[in-house]
Amino acid sequence: MTRTGVRADARIVARADGRGGTALPVLDGSGPLAPRRTRGNGVEARVVVVGAMSGPLGGDRFTLNARVEEGARLHLGSAAATLALPGQAPGEARYDVRLDVADGAELHWLPEQLISATGSDLRVTTMAELAAGARLVLREEQVLGRAGERPGLLTTRLTLRVAGRTVLDQQLSCGPGAPGGWDGPAALAGHRTVGQLLVVRPEFAEHPPAPRMLGDHAALMPLPGPAALVTALAPDALRLRRVLEEGRALLG
Amino acid sequence: MHLDHTHHGPAAVSADAHRPDGTRRALRVGLGGPVGSGKTATVAALCRELRDELSLAVVTNDIYTREDAEFLLRQAVLPPERITAVETGACPHTAIRDDISANLEAVEDLEDAVGPLDLILVESGGDNLTATFSRGLVDAQIFVIDVAGGDDIPRKGGPGVTTADLLIVNKTDLAPHVGSDLARMAADAKAQRAELPVVLQSLRGESGVAEVAAWVRARLAAWTA
Amino acid sequence: MTHAALLVLADGRFPAGGHAHSGGAEAAVKAGRITCAADLEDFCRGRLHTAGLVAGALAAAAALGLDPRELDAAADARTPSPALRLAARRLGRQLLRAARASWPCAELDELARWFPKGAHQPVVLGLTARAAGLGAPDAAYCALYESVSGPATATVRLLSLDPFDATGVLARLAPELDEVARAAVEAAGAAAGEGPQALPAASGPLLEIMAEAHAAWPARLFAS
Repeated sequence: MTRTGVRADARIVARADGRGGTALPVLDGSGPLAPRRTRGNGVEARVVVVGAMSGPLGGDRFTLNARVEEGARLHLGSAAATLALPGQAPGEARYDVRLDVADGAELHWLPEQLISATGSDLRVTTMAELAAGARLVLREEQVLGRAGERPGLLTTRLTLRVAGRTVLDQQLSCGPGAPGGWDGPAALAGHRTVGQLLVVRPEFAEHPPAPRMLGDHAALMPLPGPAALVTALAPDALRLRRVLEEGRALLG
Repeated sequence: MHLDHTHHGPAAVSADAHRPDGTRRALRVGLGGPVGSGKTATVAALCRELRDELSLAVVTNDIYTREDAEFLLRQAVLPPERITAVETGACPHTAIRDDISANLEAVEDLEDAVGPLDLILVESGGDNLTATFSRGLVDAQIFVIDVAGGDDIPRKGGPGVTTADLLIVNKTDLAPHVGSDLARMAADAKAQRAELPVVLQSLRGESGVAEVAAWVRARLAAWTA
Repeated sequence: MTHAALLVLADGRFPAGGHAHSGGAEAAVKAGRITCAADLEDFCRGRLHTAGLVAGALAAAAALGLDPRELDAAADARTPSPALRLAARRLGRQLLRAARASWPCAELDELARWFPKGAHQPVVLGLTARAAGLGAPDAAYCALYESVSGPATATVRLLSLDPFDATGVLARLAPELDEVARAAVEAAGAAAGEGPQALPAASGPLLEIMAEAHAAWPARLFAS
């Protein structure tokens, strides 16, 4: 018997409450993608996505939409790592994240790691659409296989648009079945974690951060727009997080 | 020569002797020669000699990028914005002869950034006796050899020794120490080069680079005439 | 119109500055990741499917006549490393010089006016192919072949690798290059209908990271 993949959609809207804080008029989602409000710091709203099931599995389709309206501030994270597993349903799993940030608004999208387990096949797209005066801190961490395990097939595409202009469009494919050379000296060279930190600030348009290396396998790079990207490779998730956090501290 | 005036926009190639605004561009003089013959020292001496009377800039093509540029910077012969380094992909002769595009960009960018310039010196990375500059890159070329490299080099010839617009036999002060016969070098060079000039030079000597500087001034006078 | 123009454009001696660029091989050699022909093959294969595919699709799209300004912006977005953006523009400017001397036409003159400091090299390559009367597949092949032949030549110089071994690597990659060329042309066709977002965006993390490390070296043989 073939199983039909699970469909899960989470929707979050953050809106300035008029008293200097942020309200969450929309906070929808259940099962594998259940957003929960946690204690914020008064100005920003904090939301954690809680996964009540494991996944995504083959055939599953997850979407997460977060919209931060003018002047609002949202900090969005996840309670645990996301584990991509092989499923019984045919086809790959998909996880599409769509982030919209308005002028004067700020979004932090800082989920825990995405782990690609043996035999899994997951496509992730993250599309951040920002107004000219929006701010964003986005972190993505991919872990290729659980401890000592071969990874599954993982394809991620990260796109940033600011004021309608594409500032970053990057796809990474790795694992068995990915195009040749994915683990070679041009791509991962045996590293089992790869991550990106994307920071968008309007002031970067005038004063872009200077490019610099963060150790031997990570670089902080100003993008062709008001944004900077840290791309990092590391042997394990802990060291990957450390270098991305170093980048975050540098980018303020 | 006007090579490309049928189309609009900047010229496609830069053997063109004019700037986009129609004025005559800087004279470009190439300096080539074997490793260690004193190309960079000659460039530095020329800069010191000419910088007060001419607006000039330098492009270096060192095999190890920036070495020569940094030498010139340390010597403070020119302000840093007047010195550019070009990478040659381990093939210095390719960058000055077979594929001159990176050097052309460099000379044009210098004219844009600090121009108008009277003179641009393009120093080749150290190479062998066959290395010569393309006529598409430079208007005149100097080949620099030295007495310590062996007094048979002029006799051996090769395109650099034979065809360069000026041959410098450098470090003449070392001749007695390395057993080189200066008279023989001069005679062999004369035989190889017919009417083309040869300068025997010691940058440590009293006249230093004066003779070469005078040659450059004459080329420049002919260029702007 | 002659198909032999493809040979002129793809010739390693075409004077467009490529000889001074290693396509990331110099940094990979120094890091000890390329030590032999097998490593070179793995490196080139990775490049072919990432930076090569993107360059091939951009070149094919430019050859089809898509707006070079939009394609240049798409290339920028697909090149997070500022060192690689700079290298791509320098090479684009150098190629444009050679192209305008070889196949003078109004379209190339216009590109020179739009991008006085250079457009991304694959975009210029596609327009050059167009000016030479070549098609989108020709442009894709040129871009893809360059993406692997540059590192191969550089590695011969850097490691004193046997040139026969390096050429063997390129020959073994040829069937894969055919496949990637097909994908690049297909993506260019899609971009003609849907816009540049249909172009591939494949990336090799170490190509980007090491390009930044390389740009900061005080001494190097290759420009990138």
